[in-house]
Amino acid sequence: MAVGLDKVKPENITEEKTLVVQGMDISGHWNRMFEQRVIWDYDLDNLEKVTNLPGGESLGWCYGCAKCTGVCPVDIVGDYSPRKIHRKTQTGTDLFTSPDLWLCTTCMNCLRVCPKEVDMIKIMPAVREQVVLAGSNVPPELQKAFEDTAKHGNPLGQPQRKRADWVKKAGVPVPIMKDLKRPVDTLWYVGSYPSYHPRGIDAASAAARIFNALGIDFGILGIEEKDDGDSQRLAGEKGLFEMLAEQNIATFSKYEFNRMVVTGPHEFNAFKNEYPKYGGDFKVSHYTRFLVEHLDKLKPLLKKPVNLKVTFHDPCYLGRHNGEYDAPRELLCAIPGLELVEMGRCRENGYCCGGGGGGMWLDSFTKEHTTMRLSERRVREAAEYGADVLAVCCPFEVSRFEDAAKSTGNDKLLVRDILELLDESMRG
Amino acid sequence: MNIVVSIKQVPNLTDDLEINSDGTNVDLDALQYVLNEWDEHALEEAVLAKESAGGAVTVVGVDTTGELDGALHTALAKGADKAAKITGDYPRGTDSHTQAKLLADAIKGMSPDLVFTGVQAADDRDGQLGPMIAAHLGFPYVGVVTGVEVKGGAAIVHKEYAGGVMAEFEVALPAVIGVQAAHQPPRYAPVSKIRQIAKTAKIDEFAGGAAPGAGSTVRRMFKPVSAGHAEMWDGSPEEVAEKIVGLIKEKGLLKT
Repeated sequence: MAVGLDKVKPENITEEKTLVVQGMDISGHWNRMFEQRVIWDYDLDNLEKVTNLPGGESLGWCYGCAKCTGVCPVDIVGDYSPRKIHRKTQTGTDLFTSPDLWLCTTCMNCLRVCPKEVDMIKIMPAVREQVVLAGSNVPPELQKAFEDTAKHGNPLGQPQRKRADWVKKAGVPVPIMKDLKRPVDTLWYVGSYPSYHPRGIDAASAAARIFNALGIDFGILGIEEKDDGDSQRLAGEKGLFEMLAEQNIATFSKYEFNRMVVTGPHEFNAFKNEYPKYGGDFKVSHYTRFLVEHLDKLKPLLKKPVNLKVTFHDPCYLGRHNGEYDAPRELLCAIPGLELVEMGRCRENGYCCGGGGGGMWLDSFTKEHTTMRLSERRVREAAEYGADVLAVCCPFEVSRFEDAAKSTGNDKLLVRDILELLDESMRG
Repeated sequence: MNIVVSIKQVPNLTDDLEINSDGTNVDLDALQYVLNEWDEHALEEAVLAKESAGGAVTVVGVDTTGELDGALHTALAKGADKAAKITGDYPRGTDSHTQAKLLADAIKGMSPDLVFTGVQAADDRDGQLGPMIAAHLGFPYVGVVTGVEVKGGAAIVHKEYAGGVMAEFEVALPAVIGVQAAHQPPRYAPVSKIRQIAKTAKIDEFAGGAAPGAGSTVRRMFKPVSAGHAEMWDGSPEEVAEKIVGLIKEKGLLKT
């Protein structure tokens, strides 16, 4: 069982005046160099409250090197990191009631560099789940997103029956599985923001046009589709995620298809890594990898040059969490006239937009604890590198970055999904 | 203090409504049912009363959809202590006269000090369930209530009237209260908690008796068809009033 702090508890360690080990006498004053860790001088109740939770054990493994603090996107605009949490729980902070609980976006940059594998992606949801169950200290904006997702199948609070309305204005056929009544090659899971948010609908319509131009045999679920719930899971509503997973898996299983393609990295993460635990094992690709597989047919269609300097923002849940850094860049480089410029914080060290882990519905809360939104910090970086366009491929990002471009005075910076750039080049 | 909350499921308001093949009702089987919003407020007010004055909350409903358990588990997750349902051959859209009799029969045995229910429901807009339960039980009834405080053996209730008028009533217990709005917004019950409760919750079952019926039947239900147009009149209030009087006389609507 020995996890968390158990290995180094004072009771488990003895100091000997004489010591013979495997026939070797190592008695002497040198073996009294080994003192107890400084941590035992502090009250560890708050730390153990976390490490005793299933999923919270790894917080006890931290040894304070602060590599995480250097890469944590929140620390750049605030005062927060896993190492700081580990230290603060020793000096009186209860993570269960602290505002720090809601600042983590689960971007994973900390876990990437942590020598001890302190896993905030497991720790934060574990503590958040307890707080959400108790019903106290949950920021109201987040609570409303949970409620809307539970009632309407999407966190925007839009009616379920309007989820496929965007299809009427796409300008190309978008088959809906219930009406199509036949197997398809590719089931396209559109997602909540691409179905309801005006800028998401722009990307979804572009995707529909591209799929049609490539002759892909696809279908969507329309009003039968529900939110993936992955970010809600990481924000503490595991039951909500499970309910949505059961419903989505039942819906997917009604239809016959060879593979799935998704618009966003969060559902990519859910379907690839979580759904198999609930009996839903599907071959799923993010649209960037899917289109790269079709690049020999796509490239000749990209006729119109897009003469712009474009920088690409790596989404945390496509890049760090799922290892895909190249496909988005291959697509951008296939567009004639497009000049790809890399930001300093790119690829594995990409800087989080602030939308993951529930962050999409916590801006009203996090603004009290940061000097600027993570999306504002990122937009300033894009502007520093002289980009005309900040390219994205996650539906959370486009509205976050467009807001940030306005609020930081970078109105000239355009924010476009890669789908929109491909579509622009295709339409000639 | 023993509080009973009577709940009912109604069609989801955002669903499209189609008339059934008989032309006598909306096609209820095609609709998704959710908890009546006024009953959500009734439950919240009951839990708030329990939290301040102590006691227990029992939630009860007639299972007309076969899916009432979900609503009962949600109520337990929100702070109710016990859940009960009335089973039998009661289809969707069972009228409020029948529901009131079935509920009163079940509630009688629960020895309530207070019975809370939503003042109306979004499907029939009857507003009669509360008063009829009260009549069956021989309890007083106050409706359109937006706040309840229990003091001694009485309840101080805050009632709303039209025109921004409010009244405060002192009601001897036991009583039935028709809740318009809880004095705090209904709390959110995390799906995680509802699912946890669904695994272990015990729901008491009452077999319901004969349905007394509403005493009236719907002959025809139809979507209104726009037959003509509306004429818009400009002018001062005096000029328009004269026109209205002239029209009433012209249409022969005055008995002179």
